[in-house]
Amino acid sequence: MKAIIHVTLKKGVLDPQGKAIAQALHNLGFDGVTDARQGKFIELDVAANTTEAQVKDMCDKLLANPVIEDYRVELRSKS
Amino acid sequence: MKAAIIVFPGTNREQDMGLALQAVTGHAPHMMWHKDSTLPNCDLIVLPGGFSYGDYLRCGAMAAHSPIMRDVIARAKSGTRLLAVCNGFQMLVETGLVPGALLRNASLHFICKQVHLRVESNASPFTSSFKAGDVIHVPVAHGEGNYFADADTIKRMEDKDQIAFRYCNENGVVDESANPNGSQSNIAGVFNDTKTILGMMPHPEDSVTMPAKKYDGRKIFESLVGSLS
Repeated sequence: MKAIIHVTLKKGVLDPQGKAIAQALHNLGFDGVTDARQGKFIELDVAANTTEAQVKDMCDKLLANPVIEDYRVELRSKS
Repeated sequence: MKAAIIVFPGTNREQDMGLALQAVTGHAPHMMWHKDSTLPNCDLIVLPGGFSYGDYLRCGAMAAHSPIMRDVIARAKSGTRLLAVCNGFQMLVETGLVPGALLRNASLHFICKQVHLRVESNASPFTSSFKAGDVIHVPVAHGEGNYFADADTIKRMEDKDQIAFRYCNENGVVDESANPNGSQSNIAGVFNDTKTILGMMPHPEDSVTMPAKKYDGRKIFESLVGSLS
């Protein structure tokens, strides 16, 4: 099974990298981009009986910093 | 004063910290490897600067879970002084021993220069040799020193006198033009609520001995020695 984790900066936390990305897209002529937020994507191979609660525990303890980041967890069986 | 400096893979400022401590205290500090499980008897623990674990995941996040950190956290919680500088400050916030987090500099640039700091509180073992409001001159060298905490947390810290240093100009004025990295309220260093722990982005160990032009950092170490005598 795979655990798919997206970590993003919380709303209200300045994301200078996202701002730089949005600016670069404007420079390339993509005027429709109004904002960009950059985050992390983490993919874990986990035991088949792993629960969402266990993955959230990993996020709380290491993978995300709750002071500045939110995360989203998804479990997918391997196909 | 006996000190222990914790060395992690990727730490590179432990020797400067060691020289500064030796110059002020007369004793060479213990250098402890992050895989050690217990600290020797000491009055001060130092988390030094560098790039522990190559800044993987988040700066300081991996180091905060190194084996020795269990004992570091336990000793710090029971009152042993803990000084955390630069990457050490990034580790410190990851342990939760002080509030906040350190984000990428607002400019996205790595900043390496001399800055002025205003001493916000001298009611601590780290800052007792200063007067509140003193302006000191020390270097910064970091890419992720943009201090963040939510407004309620900052208010709570201000009420408890937990702000140690703010970035300012040479006249002690704290404003946006004196803020090198986008830190909330120009915060450069913070204490825990009992002021036995200090985390700061600037490097006081760099302004203790030659070839520094000013020796303002020295007073932090002298304050510590004074607090223990």
